Amino acid sequence: MSNLRDLYQEVIFDHYRRPRNCHGLSGANHTAEGYNPLCGDRITLYLRIEEGIVKEASFEGAGCAIATASASLMTEALKGKTEAEAEALFGRFRDMVTTAAAGQAAAAPEMGKLAVLAGVREFPERVKCATLAWHTLHAALHDEERPVSTE
Amino acid sequence: MKPIEQMQTPDPRNVEHWRADFPILGERVHGRPLVYLDNGATTQKPASVIYAENAYYRHSNANVHRGVHLLSQRATDSFEAARAKIARFINARRPEEIVFVRGTTEAINLVAQSYARPQIKPGDEILISAMEHHSNIVPWQLVCEQTGAALKVVPIDDTGALDADAYERLLGERTRLVAMTHLANALGSINPVERLVAAAHERGVPVLLDGAQAIAHLPVDVHAIDCDFYAFSGHKVYGPTGIGVLYGKAALLEAMPPWQGGGDMIRSVTFEKTEYNEIPWKFEAGTPNIAGAIALGTALDYVDSIGMEVIAAHENELLAYATDALRVVPGLRFIGTARDKASILSFVLDGVHAHDVGTILDHHGIAVRAGHHCAMPVMQRFDVPATVRASLALYNRHQDIDALIEGLGKVREIFGT
Repeated sequence: MSNLRDLYQEVIFDHYRRPRNCHGLSGANHTAEGYNPLCGDRITLYLRIEEGIVKEASFEGAGCAIATASASLMTEALKGKTEAEAEALFGRFRDMVTTAAAGQAAAAPEMGKLAVLAGVREFPERVKCATLAWHTLHAALHDEERPVSTE
Repeated sequence: MKPIEQMQTPDPRNVEHWRADFPILGERVHGRPLVYLDNGATTQKPASVIYAENAYYRHSNANVHRGVHLLSQRATDSFEAARAKIARFINARRPEEIVFVRGTTEAINLVAQSYARPQIKPGDEILISAMEHHSNIVPWQLVCEQTGAALKVVPIDDTGALDADAYERLLGERTRLVAMTHLANALGSINPVERLVAAAHERGVPVLLDGAQAIAHLPVDVHAIDCDFYAFSGHKVYGPTGIGVLYGKAALLEAMPPWQGGGDMIRSVTFEKTEYNEIPWKFEAGTPNIAGAIALGTALDYVDSIGMEVIAAHENELLAYATDALRVVPGLRFIGTARDKASILSFVLDGVHAHDVGTILDHHGIAVRAGHHCAMPVMQRFDVPATVRASLALYNRHQDIDALIEGLGKVREIFGT
């Protein structure tokens, strides 16, 4: 039986109750909207990218603990990354929450605090909550105008 | 229709007998006994229904209305007997007023495309309510796009009850059809359908009722209600998925053009001219869900064997018990507190999203729905992204509610609220 405590770790509660970078962003030059029709969660992601480097990242919206914490942790992790690094992190994060092997490797130091979300892979119906912010990131990096849907 | 008056406190031993009829209730979920409180989404099936599907394929399977051979006759007889049973269950005048469809959604789309679309003109109005399921919103939006008609929406009050005065005001010169739920899936509100129908008929406006939820919780008498169309799904009343019913008054069905063309819905076909079959077969193109129709008849037999009044009294008692128990959960707010209400407990918890509640309850063996319940406008009306919905059926008992309360305690423990 998968353990609820593996899903709901303290770091996740901390970021759910006090989400970091949860505000609009003046000077944002990349934005995207994400939507999870299953639970109704919405997120707007703002990025300020200069010379290929993410200088600022923030978000508004979200909903459940997993989606909110994931967005909060993501915005923290993005700052200072190049666009290519951010894109690569999206791929690694997605693998971490969807495949068992990658999940075990998630303790790898480069995932940092994001590793607390690895427990989501034991809860397939919650993977969309965890990846909503990340799919929105992908859309923002590619300047996609249509809102991202997890369906 | 009025909610059922409490007859007497149902004997809990009855519920245990009923539970024994549902094999799935013996399942374990995450190592715990299943507590199934997602009946608004779909109900579980008694052994007799499971057996009926099985027996049909073992002993009677053949196509209907076609063969001269014995099995075809047997299949046709059982299929048409199920239609007659359904007609009796909702007190339709004639079995021909029962059209088999896939479910409520298809029934509503059939009326939208075959009844409404051919006669509605630009500027005409279709009247729905703010408590509708998407399946009683979107088919009408399609018709409005196709015809230039306007969709009008009757508001609901803060308890989730229909604003009946606004309904009468909105019934206007241009109203061509009223489409309302009988029992709201996200809120549990029961609409005063006889009054709504009478008001519409005074102005010559026909009424479709979405009975997807009501069919399993309230006695439904289409003759007494006098509605023009009534739609429901088999799977929400202990029958199989993929089979449902459109009831329509014979005169209306006869005047409607076919919806889909194909086999079974014709009398004769030449390349110059095709003559259509009589009702209801005119609306049943192609091989129908024969096993599903027969097993739906069996499900209604099961409900009749207990009695809808007895079921409703049991569920009302349980709803009152659950309402009292949930009311004292700290931080819990009900969404949907209409005075006339049945079977649905929809709520939000302070500081915890419905989706998180659903996951934690699931880990304690408790199945509820968490989300927008295909009623996004209802969520917008109450300014919540989603709710937790516990919905009852005849086999639920006090222990299920106690387990729910205990599970919500775990949610608060985990979330530290």
